[in-house]
Amino acid sequence: MIATDIDVEEAVSQPARLNHLQALEAESIAILREAVAEFARPVMLYSIGKDSSVMLRLAQKAFYPGKIPFPLLHVDTSYKFPEMIAFRDAYTKEIGADLIVHRNEKAIAAGANPWTLGTQACCGLLKTRSLLDALEEGQFDAAFGGARRDEEKSRAKERVYSFRDTAGQWDPKNQRPELWSLYNSRLKKGESIRVFPLSNWTELDIWLYLYAEKIPIVPLYFARERELVKRGSSLILYQEGMKMFPGEKVETRKVRMRSLGCSPCTGAMPSEADTLPKIIAELMAFRRSERENRAIDHDEEGSMETKKREGYF
Amino acid sequence: MATHMADPAPSAEFEEFLEAHLDQEMLRFTTAGSVDDGKSTLIGRLLHDTKSVYEDQLAAVKKSRVNRASGGHVDFSLLTDGLKAEREQGITIDVAYRYFSTSRRKFIIADTPGHEQYTRNMATGASTAHVAIVLIDAKAFLKHGSLLPQSRRHTYIASLLGIPHVVAAVNKMDLVEYSEETFTAIRGEFLDLARQLGLKSVEAIPVSALEGDNVVSLSRAMAWYSGPTLLEYLETVPLQVEELNGPVRFPVQLVLRPDSDFRGFAGQVARGILRAGQRVMALPSRRETAVRRIVSYDGDLGAAAYPQSVTVELEDEIDVSRGEMLVAAAGSGDALPEVSRHFRAMVVWMHEDPLVVGKTYIAKHTTRTVRATVRAIRYRVDVNTLEHGDAKRLAMNEIAEVEFETNLPLFFDIYRENRNMGALILIDGLTNATVGAAMISEAVEVAPEDEARPVLVLLPGREALAERVRERLLLRGERAVIVDDALIPESALVGVVRALQLAGVIAVSARSVDADVLGQIDNFIEGGLLTGEGLDDDEVLRLAGVSE
Ligand SMILES: Nc1nc2c(ncn2[C@@H]2O[C@H](COP(=O)(O)OP(=O)(O)OP(=O)(O)O)[C@@H](O)[C@H]2O)c(=O)[nH]1
Ligand SMILES: [Mg+2]
Repeated sequence: MIATDIDVEEAVSQPARLNHLQALEAESIAILREAVAEFARPVMLYSIGKDSSVMLRLAQKAFYPGKIPFPLLHVDTSYKFPEMIAFRDAYTKEIGADLIVHRNEKAIAAGANPWTLGTQACCGLLKTRSLLDALEEGQFDAAFGGARRDEEKSRAKERVYSFRDTAGQWDPKNQRPELWSLYNSRLKKGESIRVFPLSNWTELDIWLYLYAEKIPIVPLYFARERELVKRGSSLILYQEGMKMFPGEKVETRKVRMRSLGCSPCTGAMPSEADTLPKIIAELMAFRRSERENRAIDHDEEGSMETKKREGYF
Repeated sequence: MATHMADPAPSAEFEEFLEAHLDQEMLRFTTAGSVDDGKSTLIGRLLHDTKSVYEDQLAAVKKSRVNRASGGHVDFSLLTDGLKAEREQGITIDVAYRYFSTSRRKFIIADTPGHEQYTRNMATGASTAHVAIVLIDAKAFLKHGSLLPQSRRHTYIASLLGIPHVVAAVNKMDLVEYSEETFTAIRGEFLDLARQLGLKSVEAIPVSALEGDNVVSLSRAMAWYSGPTLLEYLETVPLQVEELNGPVRFPVQLVLRPDSDFRGFAGQVARGILRAGQRVMALPSRRETAVRRIVSYDGDLGAAAYPQSVTVELEDEIDVSRGEMLVAAAGSGDALPEVSRHFRAMVVWMHEDPLVVGKTYIAKHTTRTVRATVRAIRYRVDVNTLEHGDAKRLAMNEIAEVEFETNLPLFFDIYRENRNMGALILIDGLTNATVGAAMISEAVEVAPEDEARPVLVLLPGREALAERVRERLLLRGERAVIVDDALIPESALVGVVRALQLAGVIAVSARSVDADVLGQIDNFIEGGLLTGEGLDDDEVLRLAGVSE
């Protein structure tokens, strides 16, 4: 359905207009190709979530009939849901993508966790530090990320080509102007660019595209009876050997994940939506944002901006 | 695979919903105007009143320590002013992109800063917009007695950027007793400005972003106003995709070569419609062939229209690389783009270091990156009076018509005709900063003797002069190399000069060259041979176009 074959006869008299998903797709593919043409060593940040799944499909389309000409990088915090890891390994194998998994083994061995460190510090070590190390190790000068501007107010400020200094940091007060679709890819040694092909997609666009393109996603997105623990206002999925606090008990409810992060810090939501059309219908009725269930975004006002400045995606 | 959740036959109802949703048009609009006119507040109000703000986001705004809204109102500007520094300083610094939809359209908003220091960010947000909402603070207008310079500057930039529709949102009507008279005065001055700028589609709507008058719902306080609300305007303003019309332009982004059997040219159609089977010409080689296939992941296509991203396979093995372009073959009725190294463009300067005549910048145009030297500033525009004046340099936020010469030809249409084919950005080669935005206004005819650019400068036995010529060429922003390397035998000279010519590099030599070799070179350089025979040093420098 996304395939856009214009009826030539019709086109002569009245040219067809792309629908908005097709227009977004065309823009994203152009961004992916432009970066591959201009950077020496691009890499794609693959988080296994729904946005990454869309970005990956767009990369397949951009370089078809060739293979994706860059590796995928997964920053594994060791706290990802087992279903995510299983999906990652099976799916990347199926499509023949080149996968790099990077973990901050030192911090993991030292027992970094969100309960004693707090989410900020834990994310800093297991995600941001780990990501920056992986980028430096691979000498990557461009990294694709699946972030969307509609996710969060500081992301709404970001360019498609987001410049990072030699320490991987973002300076939101001094971004390069970015006119039309003419991107400035020029860098000095050690500097890099984060490239966001999905900048203009909304959460609804992502789900519609997943549906229209029949793209596989981690089963955690679909509602199912699951074991969980109520913690504060969050529903945390129960994992074998998980750290429990006094008074907490395991219960079973029909839930799904709206956004996928680390298991201790990403809450589930009660839902009956076990198919894509139901998820889409549910989304249209939502009054609350998708990152609400992510503890990390809410530690203090502007915490996403702080993390981003430090090099987080 | 197991992870693929096949949906049990989706209901017809869902398919219908999907169809209808996908059919929606997408409109991009931007805000513009002077600092504190209420742009961000207006966007926040628009999002709020169309129920596009999530409860947790609204709750966060309500509980924020900052609130600049008067009368106990929620400070809606905080919905788009997403940076800490913006909330602290109470101004917008950089563009915020927001998204919402109604039952009629999908919208992409760019809320831009009004502060003069951040004009470059305003231009960033405005460059892709179909509609510009120019905010005008009614109270400030009364105080100042006319439109503020920044309102004029932004309206001018909106017109330069070719934004098809411009609407003035006359804001803070609550502070001027919702006076029709005040609105009429502002509207009159704005329409005058629009006429001067040649804007074709212009409107004015009286609003209060703070109170919500005429944003989404009609104002009870302004019963005298009978036009549309801002939202109605945005939902109904005609949206033509001009880029679909006109000659086809396909700038090549990337050559895809997955195996020895396939060579595809990947790119995004910049203009018009490209069809399978169509005869095309490659620029700059001017070689013609036909489109064998238009390849996509979803199967071959019969045609690809702006702005589709596709991969094109050609009938014949012709050499096309990134930065080159496919257009309709000669005689197809399609006009060819200009192919030239000389053009004039309107420039919005965006950097503290001024643009100066004689300096060479890196220019990115479609997928092509070249070096562009400023040959002259034709005039600078006074944004207040729109009068033209002389200038030797261009300071930040100034606007001028500039004449450029590039080291390699560009293939372009003028910006007014087509945005994609007429836009370029200027980059400082030393700092890598994006320093300017340029919109091509016309190609410049150059007298043949000025245009003649040497391909090979041959100065037998005059090594020192050859070196001087090379240095001077470099200073002028040309690329030049001495080809007297021991590893280049005379037998290879023909190929070397040809390869350099294709790369836009001038060959300089102090060798003595066999007449036969010279004849071969002469065959393809079309008068681009400059020999020093019988000329003194000064004459050589003059003919090479490098004497002062
Ligand atoms: N009384 C009144 N105040 C308003 C109205 N609209 C905005 N304001 C106030 O004007 C001030 C500036 O509003 P902003 O929305 O930040 O202005 P802006 O145009 O976005 O400013 P910059 O982005 O920095 O250029 C704030 O204190 C608003 O509350 C209005 O309609 N009436
Ligand atoms: Mg603002």
